[in-house]
Amino acid sequence: METKNSTGTMRLNRRSFLSLVGGAALALPLATLLPKTAQAGSKEADEFLKSKVKGAMKDGRVTIIAPEIAENGNTVPITITVESPMTEKDYVKTVYLVAEGNPNPGVATFNLSPMMGEAKVDIRIRLAKTQKVIAVAEMSDGSAWKGSQEIKVTIGGCGG
Amino acid sequence: MAENVKPRIKAPTTVKKGDVFEVKTLIQHEMESGQRKDKDGKPIPRQIINKFTCSLNGKTVFSMDLEPAISANPYIVFNLKATESGTLEFKWLDDNGAVYSATQQLTVN
Repeated sequence: METKNSTGTMRLNRRSFLSLVGGAALALPLATLLPKTAQAGSKEADEFLKSKVKGAMKDGRVTIIAPEIAENGNTVPITITVESPMTEKDYVKTVYLVAEGNPNPGVATFNLSPMMGEAKVDIRIRLAKTQKVIAVAEMSDGSAWKGSQEIKVTIGGCGG
Repeated sequence: MAENVKPRIKAPTTVKKGDVFEVKTLIQHEMESGQRKDKDGKPIPRQIINKFTCSLNGKTVFSMDLEPAISANPYIVFNLKATESGTLEFKWLDDNGAVYSATQQLTVN
């Protein structure tokens, strides 16, 4: 009835139609992505980190060294280093490593001690797809530092 | 699978006091993530090494909680500072309750 009458309602209809289409276009990728494999996503990774780290996370002091392109997501070599003197008074207590695009954000938690002399750990991890990997270091003085690295993955490491 | 778990350690046996040295560890383990499915489409239950610890003379110097996102045959490399001679003990805890361990003597002079 309204559609027949005036151009005004026509326009409104078209507008609402367009906004609907736009909304659907926005909602679609989310809807198709989420239920499929329940990827962690940056929000989940953030929440995971917030549940673990008490203080505010500042950028810096943490470096993740990883290949820019990892051919095999099943085993991606990663080196985490944290700037710290690693003395009894000032050392890195804990490092949390999370991956935004894995089924679960948590990758590993490292408990360090001044006995290590240097805050550096090498490991090999699995990555489901191209994504950002984040490491947060909690210091003995309570401060928290964050570093991240984007890693491109050619073949994901969660198949089977 | 889990029967075939063999830890390996590569670390110097003698170090100079105050030096920082590298410890390389590797353990053979599937690290079954719990994400995979078998031929019939049934999920394969998770079985991973969930914790690794390194201690010197009984005092933990480094430990790590592992998640399924750690690759099969976990390879962990870290540094230690030479402070005292003694026994380095490495332990890996399996989801099934098993504990695998390795020790190495360290001389600091």
